[in-house]
Amino acid sequence: MLEKRDLLEQQTPLEQKKLIVSHAPFYHSGRRVTERSYHTMLAALPALLLGFYHYGMPAISVVCLSISTAIFWELAFNLVAKRTITIGDGNAALLGLLFAMLLPATTPWWAVITGTFIAVVVGKQIFGGIGSNAFNPVALAIAIMMVSYKELFDFDTALLNYDLEFATIYPLKAAKYFGTASLDSFNLVDLFLGRQLGGIGATFGLGLMLGGIYLMLRGFIRWEISLTFLAGVYLAAFVFNLFDPVRFAGPGIHLLTGYTLIGAFFLATEDSSSPVNIIPMLVYGAAGGIMVVLIRNIGAYVDGVVLAILVINLLSPLLDKIRPEALGKVM
Amino acid sequence: MIKKAFLGLSTPQIEYAMLPAHLPETEKIPAPKSITLFHQRNDTHSISSTLGIGDPVKTGEKLSLYSDQNFYVISPVSGTISSLSPYTGDFGKSYIAITITPDGNQVFDDTFQQQIQNPTMELVSGYLAGAPGNPPVSMLADSDGSIKTIVIRGLDPDPLVATNQYIAQSRLKDLKKGIRILKEVTAVQDIIVITAGESVQGYGHIGAQVKGVRPTYPSALPHMVMKDVLGQVVPAGKTCENLGVCFFSAEAVVSIGRAFESGQIPTSKILTFIKKDGTPKIVETSIGTPIGNILEAFGETVNEYDRIILGGPMTGSAVYALEHPVKPDTDSIIVLDRDKAAYVSDYPCINCGECVRICPAQMQVHMLVRFLEANQYEAAADSYDLYSCIECGLCSYVCVSKIPIFQYIKLAKYELERAKTPEAADA
Repeated sequence: MLEKRDLLEQQTPLEQKKLIVSHAPFYHSGRRVTERSYHTMLAALPALLLGFYHYGMPAISVVCLSISTAIFWELAFNLVAKRTITIGDGNAALLGLLFAMLLPATTPWWAVITGTFIAVVVGKQIFGGIGSNAFNPVALAIAIMMVSYKELFDFDTALLNYDLEFATIYPLKAAKYFGTASLDSFNLVDLFLGRQLGGIGATFGLGLMLGGIYLMLRGFIRWEISLTFLAGVYLAAFVFNLFDPVRFAGPGIHLLTGYTLIGAFFLATEDSSSPVNIIPMLVYGAAGGIMVVLIRNIGAYVDGVVLAILVINLLSPLLDKIRPEALGKVM
Repeated sequence: MIKKAFLGLSTPQIEYAMLPAHLPETEKIPAPKSITLFHQRNDTHSISSTLGIGDPVKTGEKLSLYSDQNFYVISPVSGTISSLSPYTGDFGKSYIAITITPDGNQVFDDTFQQQIQNPTMELVSGYLAGAPGNPPVSMLADSDGSIKTIVIRGLDPDPLVATNQYIAQSRLKDLKKGIRILKEVTAVQDIIVITAGESVQGYGHIGAQVKGVRPTYPSALPHMVMKDVLGQVVPAGKTCENLGVCFFSAEAVVSIGRAFESGQIPTSKILTFIKKDGTPKIVETSIGTPIGNILEAFGETVNEYDRIILGGPMTGSAVYALEHPVKPDTDSIIVLDRDKAAYVSDYPCINCGECVRICPAQMQVHMLVRFLEANQYEAAADSYDLYSCIECGLCSYVCVSKIPIFQYIKLAKYELERAKTPEAADA
């Protein structure tokens, strides 16, 4: 350092401007974490708006409470743990939004607050914050809430007081307990257009698909995961349906009901808990899809999406060991 | 500098700068008031030369400070030595900065000219190592015939830079002569000129094969040329030279050709100068000219916290003073406004995988960077292929957390190298 200064002082008296010294690259793609969060929220909007239309003010209040408490928990944890304040990256808000989209519109306030606490603090921050979580925080929160307060996720009872212009029974539950004959009142177009019971933002197939396509094209989520997830659901449901069409619903029903689409586009694709190499992504997605149908058809739960996602999250680091050989690797 | 793509399904492409069909003239920089040359320094040897402040030097004179080392610089002007001072470059490289004040006359030194009738490897490595383009002649001289192929880069490896492209297209005669001299002194017959894919035509009979590469970064980096053009993968931790391939820039070959054509060691350096607003200029200036003079010639002003980048946007480095001289290998100078600079951050990796998808060496960058952030350099080299890195910088370019991945990799390699030499570690 002394030597550098010698050369400087020798030749330049006082008018020397301070320049920033750094090493390449000086180019940047301009992509930021914040951008990813906000664009994912933007992509979730169409599905969310239909939820607001169907369920009105209660749905809006659940979503608002969920987003605001998620941000609050993140801020509180940042302060307690003396970490950098990270609420500006939009990730906490995104977690809050996705969590609310999976809830029925009548979820009580304490359940929303507990859920966002699990998602943000238990699911994300105690692992070390963004990028360090082994599980999708939203899936983890929903799973814990679903196991702890089973009745909250009984969509039939939760949404009992709503007078909607479509059949107010939860299709997956009907299929599980009463067989495929009970699904005659549903047609796939209605399901696709969101005319079914379910989470606030989880039922509008068209909206979720548009959001998902937007995210895939912009590169915010990986098509490898979403598409193989859907393919896994389709194939597994098809095989079950072929085996016993009276007991097991067809692939169309499985794709368009429950959390399948929101899971494929918004949950399974979460960065930190999903693999990054091509083959692992394909296996990860397909395994998730198959797992969904296994849980729904022969498992104990009505909808297996969040549980299936937790299982594939667990597989993710292992799957990512399937990697291409680095250039010039010396064995 | 932000280079953005709206769609993100495929990996972003960074195109190389392409010169127009009608080549512009070079813009000449007026002779500076002082010239600084970096003479390599060896800390374990003592300086044996009697060269001192006030000594006169001639244009083209070889200045050598050690009698037992083949280090030297060639004075591009006639004048007197006004200072000799130690200088530490990047990664601890040690130099002696020789500053010469020109006296306005051009008195030529003819030691080189007397020997050009009989070109030999000794002559080339004894005089031309510091010529524009930095011909790697001492490496060639020390290789004992292990070099079988010479690759001449007619395309600059970094985007925005068009120096060697310009030279390869405008100085064909000298290039041809340089190739002939190289064949004569090295006995290497396999010479390949690399150019952008579409401009393979137009080279005629220059005595070498002409091969095209894709005009997108990083296809002109040595490791990519080895893989795509020569079909050889450089094993991790080895260099292209280990495989018998030596890379020359087009300018280096042209310098050799010119030296033997004219009898004078060339000292004028061509470089791409990118102004703050992004306009590129092809500039011709003497080696050793302070960068400040070039900025002045184009009326560029530098503010606090701006950056002056030597080299391209993907592999160059920013310097701290406008007095920094143009070196024989300074192919470009970029003036970057502080508002346009891409800053790095200490945000954690979110595992999005962009780096893994863009890495031309198929490395697991997302895992590697976790080790590097924790200073686990050995583990990074053992488990996550640190030495496979071809140093293109694309990982840092795409990182959404703006982690300085490339800088971490450079640091890790440097630290591991330092740990190998105990003396350096003690210093």
